[in-house]
Amino acid sequence: MDWYPLFNSLRVAGISCVIVFFAGIFAAYYVAKMPKLLKGVLDVVLTLPLVLPPTVVGYFLLRLMGPNRPLGAWMARMFDIRLTMVWYSAVFTSAVVAFPLMYRTARGAFESFDENLAWSAQTLGLSNPYIFWRIRMPCCRQGILAGTVLAFARALGEYGATSMVAGYIPGRTATISTTVYQLWRTDNDAQAARWVMVNVAISLVVLLAVNFLEKGQKYRRRRG
Amino acid sequence: MALSVELKKDFGAFRLEAAFTAGNCVHGLLGASGCGKSMTLKCIAGVIRPDEGRIVLDGEVLFDSAAHINLPPQKRGLGLLFQNFALFPNMTVEQNIMAALHKTGDKKAARIKCGDMLRRLSLEEVKGLRPWQLSGGQQQRTALARILVTTPRLLMLDEPFSALDSYLRWQTELELTELLDGFDGTALLVTHSRDEVYRLCDTVTVLDRGMGRGEAPVRALFDAPATRSACLLSGCKNYSRAEWIGPHTLYAPDWGTRLECAAPLPDGLSYVGIRSHSLRVADGSGPNRMECGVIRVVEDVFSTVILMSSAGGDRGFSRLRLEMPKEDWAAVGGGERLWLELPPEALLPLVE
Repeated sequence: MDWYPLFNSLRVAGISCVIVFFAGIFAAYYVAKMPKLLKGVLDVVLTLPLVLPPTVVGYFLLRLMGPNRPLGAWMARMFDIRLTMVWYSAVFTSAVVAFPLMYRTARGAFESFDENLAWSAQTLGLSNPYIFWRIRMPCCRQGILAGTVLAFARALGEYGATSMVAGYIPGRTATISTTVYQLWRTDNDAQAARWVMVNVAISLVVLLAVNFLEKGQKYRRRRG
Repeated sequence: MALSVELKKDFGAFRLEAAFTAGNCVHGLLGASGCGKSMTLKCIAGVIRPDEGRIVLDGEVLFDSAAHINLPPQKRGLGLLFQNFALFPNMTVEQNIMAALHKTGDKKAARIKCGDMLRRLSLEEVKGLRPWQLSGGQQQRTALARILVTTPRLLMLDEPFSALDSYLRWQTELELTELLDGFDGTALLVTHSRDEVYRLCDTVTVLDRGMGRGEAPVRALFDAPATRSACLLSGCKNYSRAEWIGPHTLYAPDWGTRLECAAPLPDGLSYVGIRSHSLRVADGSGPNRMECGVIRVVEDVFSTVILMSSAGGDRGFSRLRLEMPKEDWAAVGGGERLWLELPPEALLPLVE
């Protein structure tokens, strides 16, 4: 059995999860602080990939990154890099599709953060980066962790947009989800079932890790 | 060593306007809840930016809208004790205090300072606990310790007793008094309790619906409050409208009587007040006396409260509230009608 799809899936999901982690937290932090109107507009735009069918996301990405489209053509001309039908194309699609999950959960966590904690830290002379990394992030840990896991799971399972932008090239762009479909389509039920089992196993490991991490949580906020 | 504050901020539905100075003492900001007291402290601390104004501490300008000066809170050198104490929930008591010493380069000196502070505020036994495992008093002491290790020039306390159980308050207040006595600098105490102001503060500013101007010695607020809102906050419960008759004579339409007042009547006189314990039961008519009907007698823990309405009064709500020790009320012997004397020196002439 060729293990390339497993390796590629984990690589794609891992990288897009890291991108989404920072991008989502960054967006959540700044959007949470914005005035109402701008916040409403940005919220809709940033959440859109969650509600759009993945094929529509794939269509938009192809319009942007295809070899003859603005970004794709520019990248090809300047760096001789193609953005579609290569393994990292799946990173773009997974990141875009998984982003709203991270963004929304992190924003919820930031919005329920007691701003008095940040203010008191400021009056104590603590720098804003210290406050962000050592106070705000640990206090919002649960939400951020949940968002990261959801984003990873979504990136791992991404099929629609990926099949359009990265396609299915065995040993090059194949991921678990595209492989399962390909095997099923070509009547290779036994192989498909094997990959299904692999996918289920990964999902179980992820969920167990979440439960374990949540139990390790030693403090919680109590009011009143 | 002094603080001078002048600030304005528009919150749409609510406008905050405060102007006062405080010397090297404990200054109280007294006002009902929602009158902008906490917001004033947050503006001084620099975590909220006023629309305009000027804040000067010990000669250093912290904020000046005209000169575009707005020091970040980290550089203002002041301590703010939040109403909910704002302890970092992800850190232990010791870590909370050490966090405040994070900027100190010398870790060893910081550890010693932290140890001293833990001892001074008797927190040694709980130094390994998280904030939610502490009692209210311990939480407050931790928050104070965290502030004091930064040696602030100005200490601001936002309703320091409101989050504590009532049986803890007295003890905490004593501790805080001691601490404030040893504090070299200006302290601002925000509270809605006139008793706390009276016991803890030297000077006071009254905030009423976002407006607070000037400062006065605490005794002056209780002996001779100038405005009706100040008088209400100082705990006075009996009021009537007042009409000027002579320099020391007024007519109180709500009580339907003419009164002599020891204090000279101010310009713009509009109300007269008298404290419940200043009212006297008299044996018959006379100057500054009026006849009242008893509406209800309420037995309090140690005293009796008698609600009365004046016979000549022309407004339903112009009730008078007389408070006296239980034995004294028993000696009066009750009855449905009583003569009340309003001593001239106890009358408080007020402007709106």
